[in-house]
Amino acid sequence: QESQASGLPDYVKIVEVGPRDGLQNEKVIVPTGIKIELINRLSKTGLPAVEVTSFVSSKWVPQMADHKEVMKGIERHPGVQYPVLTPNLQGFHSAIAAGATEVSVFGAASESFSKMNINCSIEESIEKFEEVAKSARNMNIPVRGYVSCALGCPYEGNIIPAKVAEVSKRLYSMGCYEISLGDTIGVGTPGSMKRMLEVVMKEIPLSALAVHCHDTYGQALANILTAIQMGVAVVDSSVAGLGGCPYAKGATGNVATEDVIYMLNGLGINTGVNLYAVMEAGNFICTALNKKTNSKVAQASFNTGVI
Amino acid sequence: AFPKRVKVVEVGPRDGLQNEKNVVPTPVKINLINMLSETGLQVIEATSFVSPKWVPQMADHTEVMQGIKKLPGISYPVLTPNLKGFQAAVAAGAKEVSIFGAASELFTKKNINCSIEESLERFDEVMAAARAASVPVRGYVSCVLGCPYEGKISAAKVAEVSKKMYSMGCYEISLGDTIGIGTPGSMKEMLTAVMKEVPVGALAVHCHDTYGQALANILVALQMGVSVVDASVAGLGGCPYAQGASGNVATEDLVYMLNGLGIHTGVDLQKLMDTGTFICNALNRRTNSKVSQASCRL
Repeated sequence: QESQASGLPDYVKIVEVGPRDGLQNEKVIVPTGIKIELINRLSKTGLPAVEVTSFVSSKWVPQMADHKEVMKGIERHPGVQYPVLTPNLQGFHSAIAAGATEVSVFGAASESFSKMNINCSIEESIEKFEEVAKSARNMNIPVRGYVSCALGCPYEGNIIPAKVAEVSKRLYSMGCYEISLGDTIGVGTPGSMKRMLEVVMKEIPLSALAVHCHDTYGQALANILTAIQMGVAVVDSSVAGLGGCPYAKGATGNVATEDVIYMLNGLGINTGVNLYAVMEAGNFICTALNKKTNSKVAQASFNTGVI
Repeated sequence: AFPKRVKVVEVGPRDGLQNEKNVVPTPVKINLINMLSETGLQVIEATSFVSPKWVPQMADHTEVMQGIKKLPGISYPVLTPNLKGFQAAVAAGAKEVSIFGAASELFTKKNINCSIEESLERFDEVMAAARAASVPVRGYVSCVLGCPYEGKISAAKVAEVSKKMYSMGCYEISLGDTIGIGTPGSMKEMLTAVMKEVPVGALAVHCHDTYGQALANILVALQMGVSVVDASVAGLGGCPYAQGASGNVATEDLVYMLNGLGIHTGVDLQKLMDTGTFICNALNRRTNSKVSQASCRL
């Protein structure tokens, strides 16, 4: 009621990307057993979606080399989605064989980023994803589309909203049920978030949009708030703020799930997620990684006992 | 719509350093303030004329006040907890002072051993002396979004205390989320109540980032018309109520957001970051500013 009165959504779906996006950007290689334990703990927090792993060549992403074992090893809780990344048809088939029931494809709003990251143009990457989307459609497998560099590119700098809208539209028309707009290097601010969303919302229905904000410049929660004020109701985040930024040495990356939930709770927005359970999962993985949490809520809570 | 300009009140040298464990030598404090004076900041809270028995970090208040380069157009307010402190401040050259109230009875009792009412009565003397000397007074209200002892704080109470301090003659009321527990929801509710009693042009927000909510809370305040924001260079100053947790929001991160919103601050972000680097080296600690951390680019 409180949230509706203010024009905010009354429910926000949190997509937990810690086990994939988070761990992928952590230096320490995490044993398979720990990954599985982390995902199992996250499954019990009320999170509706947990991104499990990436069916990418282990040559490129050693952290995700155990994708099959992780996929087969996790407990599958009813009501929880377990999407996996599939960069191409080969990865898609491998994912399905391992039991995946939802996949994601990654596009970018920047030609340079696409070239540097996956060694092909945006158009070429879209063609690969179309193959995946086609197979997925035949098998009734939902596909989520990601657009990287939505608010800026480490190579090109400024990215125009029209480009983001164009790539989003391509992904949406090939059958992606949701488009997650990623501020890959966290350079965005409420100003650029608003401008970008205004343009994208002309092409994609609001209910099919998600934001994936990085906290590299400390702007993530303000950017997420802006998106929510505009009606976006799906937010990606990473437990304990796992995952640094590969483009800014020593800088942070993903926004912490705990901090997002704390904000949404304070706004009276329902997420279905138990904040304390997420903090405990965060504590588990940080202990395993021998690192401090990037979540300020976790830092503050474990020291005072107050939530 | 957002304000076109925001006044950033830099509290690093006082609120920031006061909550840092390492005592900072006087010349370092003076250099910090001098460097901040070159960044375009218009208000820099210099020190606190409080007894060194209570706040050892601020023991050198007179030397700092007398030692800094005071640039024209820049205000250097100082805290004055009572008349004695006020007189010492003015004698040392202060041209603006601040007084501190709280929206929580328990916090006031624990902090200065009296009720809110009594604490404000003590300031009557300061207000009278300030008025006589034509010294502007800024009022702070602590615990506006929550109290480490009482927990939830009613918006009505914040409005009541703010109104009292405004009518006592404070030209500006800085509303402090002392333990950083607020969210955009509680910020909105609190400001709605306060704005019924105090004009929005006389309001400032002082957000702590202990739960990572500061910039989102500031964003909401801006959306409601607040155009004065307190921050601390490099996010100096931990939280005395949550061991190891962060405190003040970092000025660099605030300015980055305001720049992105096209809001004018007059602050040079690079010079600000350089100042943050200086004080963090002097304190032998890492910055709490994410903008500063990220600026080791490709």
